[in-house]
Amino acid sequence: MSELTRESPAQGAHPLPAGPYRPRTSVFWWVRRRSYLLFVLRELSCVFVAWFVVYLLLLVAAVHRGNDAYQGFLQWSGQPGMLVLNLVALAFVVLHAITWFNLAPKAMVVRLHGRRLPSRIVAAGHFTAWLVVSALVAWLVVG
Amino acid sequence: MTMAKRSSSEAMAWLLFSAGGVVSALLVPVLLLLSGVLFPLGLLVPEHAHLAAVLGHPLTKVVLLGLCMLALLHWAHRFRYTLYDGLRLKRLSVPINLLCYGGALAGSVWAAIVLF
Repeated sequence: MSELTRESPAQGAHPLPAGPYRPRTSVFWWVRRRSYLLFVLRELSCVFVAWFVVYLLLLVAAVHRGNDAYQGFLQWSGQPGMLVLNLVALAFVVLHAITWFNLAPKAMVVRLHGRRLPSRIVAAGHFTAWLVVSALVAWLVVG
Repeated sequence: MTMAKRSSSEAMAWLLFSAGGVVSALLVPVLLLLSGVLFPLGLLVPEHAHLAAVLGHPLTKVVLLGLCMLALLHWAHRFRYTLYDGLRLKRLSVPINLLCYGGALAGSVWAAIVLF
């Protein structure tokens, strides 16, 4: 490829200088279509997954420091700005979960008695697992 | 040689990305709904003693450490490609890799210190 592009065209045969074809792509290529935008939003969900880890560790650290630190953390996280941030983060991690479980049947083929399970059932299994795990966690945390 | 090395580490990165994607999808929405929305709004506030007991259990520590590490690796891999494709920054791959995987490593160490 690079050899081809480096080679100069036959002298004088072409009026235009030969070079590799590089289509120009704008940095904002992903706002042009709804499906592209959804793709980028889905990819951006990872930033909020990372934010969740930071937030969780701050909460755990506060709990370990004692009741006063825990109450202080609750006050800090109850500020409007923090609540908005966490609501946006929640929307993104839910988008991540839904898109992830919808993709799961494409990534894994489940066979039962030699026949491939329909993708609807594989996806439904994942969503059920999500529900069960969420209920279990809520029950554990709330006590 | 270098090609084989690179593709196997790339396969590992994809594997960890997927594992992180699964555990994040299963656990993060409910944990964030509770700790980030319902606790601060006062709709549902667990007692400090109860939370301290749950977080003191060895199984909770192991599960949360695994979640933190895998979630950070998931972030690292996906964010790397978001910067490559979304902002067309493939030429900055060295600092981007340092930021992503270095960040995931630092976060994992922090998680281990906080949780244990």
